[in-house]
Amino acid sequence: MMWDHLVAEAPRFFTYWNLRFLVLAGLTTLALSFTGCILGGAAGLAFASVRLTRSAPLGPVRVIATLYIEIFRRVPFLVTLMLVFFAFQLAGIELPLFVIGAISVFLIASAFLAEIIRGGMLAVHRNQWDAAETMNFTLIQALRHVVLPQAWRVILPPAFGFFVLFIKDTALASQIGVVELTYAGKVLNNRGFSATLSFGSILVLYFMMSFPLTRLGAYLEARLAPARNPRA
Amino acid sequence: MSYTLQFGQVLPYLGYLAGGALLSLQIAFLAFCGGLVIGTGGAAVKTFGPWPLRRAVDVYVGFFVNTPQLVQIYFLYFALPDAGVLLSSYQAVLIGMTLNAGAYLTEIQRAGFLSRRQAEMEAAEVLGFARWQQVRYVILPHIARVLFPSLANQYILMTLGTSMAAVFGVEELTGRAFNVNAQTFRSIEIFSLSAGLYVVITFAATIILALFGRFAFRAKMRIV
Amino acid sequence: MHQLEIRGLNAAYGNVTVLSGIDLAVEKGEIIGLIGPSGSGKSTLLRALVGLLPPGDGEVVLDGKPVSYRDSTQLRQVRDRLAIVFQQFNLFQNMTVLENVTITPVKIKGRARAAVEAEAKDLLAKVGLSNKLSAYPDELSGGQQQRVAIARALALKPEILLLDEVTASLDPELVSEVLDTIRMLAADGMTMLIVSHEMGFIRELASRVVFMAGGKVVEIGPPKEIFDSPREARTREFVSKILRH
Repeated sequence: MMWDHLVAEAPRFFTYWNLRFLVLAGLTTLALSFTGCILGGAAGLAFASVRLTRSAPLGPVRVIATLYIEIFRRVPFLVTLMLVFFAFQLAGIELPLFVIGAISVFLIASAFLAEIIRGGMLAVHRNQWDAAETMNFTLIQALRHVVLPQAWRVILPPAFGFFVLFIKDTALASQIGVVELTYAGKVLNNRGFSATLSFGSILVLYFMMSFPLTRLGAYLEARLAPARNPRA
Repeated sequence: MSYTLQFGQVLPYLGYLAGGALLSLQIAFLAFCGGLVIGTGGAAVKTFGPWPLRRAVDVYVGFFVNTPQLVQIYFLYFALPDAGVLLSSYQAVLIGMTLNAGAYLTEIQRAGFLSRRQAEMEAAEVLGFARWQQVRYVILPHIARVLFPSLANQYILMTLGTSMAAVFGVEELTGRAFNVNAQTFRSIEIFSLSAGLYVVITFAATIILALFGRFAFRAKMRIV
Repeated sequence: MHQLEIRGLNAAYGNVTVLSGIDLAVEKGEIIGLIGPSGSGKSTLLRALVGLLPPGDGEVVLDGKPVSYRDSTQLRQVRDRLAIVFQQFNLFQNMTVLENVTITPVKIKGRARAAVEAEAKDLLAKVGLSNKLSAYPDELSGGQQQRVAIARALALKPEILLLDEVTASLDPELVSEVLDTIRMLAADGMTMLIVSHEMGFIRELASRVVFMAGGKVVEIGPPKEIFDSPREARTREFVSKILRH
């Protein structure tokens, strides 16, 4: 029966070398998502801030920011990955595959995070913005001293959800040859190990990475949402 | 090495790609419907069911939400044959997406179940509505209005999610893009065009669903 | 020379005209009471003065120099000289009372923290809140928050103070503490434009009262005239309604 095959295979599969290989690939997955997320968060903050400006000269910049966000939220990660991959290849620039993967994660992360950051900033009551404006705060000063300290509570919980999303998206980086977790699973399968154990174990590893983050996001949602709300 | 963009070479394939886009929408729709059925059951169990069954649904949802859809489909396609179940790539993609959708929709619909308002139901009961009438005239319309935006959004996300079917050779939009790329090598052009098509179909779907939601359910929908 | 002169000020939100042809001259140390029915444009006028509305036609002249609200440098200068206190207090929720009062002079105007803090503590003592320096706004009552808001506005050392229905959101028993604070400022000679429904207070304190309706100035005069013997029928109608209470 199938179970017997699996049980027989298990000792061959769960060797130190294989596990080490999987763990390193898992770390690559985390590194890809983390880099893309942090840089994407910074860019997302910039995009969100730009969209809040009102001066005429910045009009074109606002349009570009909005277009960027709307486009990269609506293109599947695989297509974004291919575009980045071929763009660098055809421009003759040699980059490590990891970097190409990270850039792709950065592109979609910045678009998605820009939206939730903007949502968080707009959730801060209008009267906080008014007070800052009448006291001659510049936009950056208002964001830094008044808006972001209040907005982060609305931004952080969904941000965790997105981090999990990006971890899952990195699975597609296997298609360009980045040695992350999914690629590792394919390698093991090609080496002769059963697909059940190969893909099964990476499913478990993905779960172990994502589940704590999902729970943390849910916990933060519950704790931060009712807290210090601006009095209406 | 210099590379000049030649969109002229790929524009003839626009029709071919558009056909792929339709297949993407179709796969997403089928998976969505299947997922909706699973989700209704899962949400019902989580709201009304006994403890062990609720746990089982939690495990199901937790597993599918915290693992990549791509790997789920890999498992279905490559690992199930070990157990004697052979799936075509289309079947593996469809089943994988359905199971995935079922997990998300369980959570979405559970929120809908929870939003049923006790006061409305009691009023209906006191007014003499039979159980099925309560459901049809009071509960369902309210839940539908509350749920529609999330459901519409889930469908749009799933349409984007069909893209990974290309990995398995399914000829939806991304799959066809890969084909054209292999033939013409105009990579940037073809993938830009595909990206553009995804943006167009998701925008169109968003607008259509938003308008439908507003008219049919008076759901609060943003048009963009 | 008037400290503040408004000539033919118009303002609109999109297609809706909210202020038309406002003419008003204010002398230093004057207290102008703005009264009128809801939606008459009283609060809108204050908000327009402090640049929260899209700039319209008409002139605003400060100390003899016209101000263009479209020019960002001039707008900053106006906001340096005019301070507004809002109906909803608009205190920064993420800062303590002391931080609320000191943040603008320190972070925005770049003054030395020690000097600003000393001044802030004085101001907060003046409004009776020395014991609440490290409290957060949501730990204070409405009256206390409004007094912090007044201290915050005063910390900006404005030439003119704008008070926009500052007691309207307060529970009745908290109104008098805020009115007392305003009386104190009046005694100190601060030029003020006060929008309020507290007619007794306006009558007592204002040097002149402006009655507005439908975005226009209907009548301006000393309190005795406006409340006891108004010239315009519209004014009479309003005053009789409120005095019937």
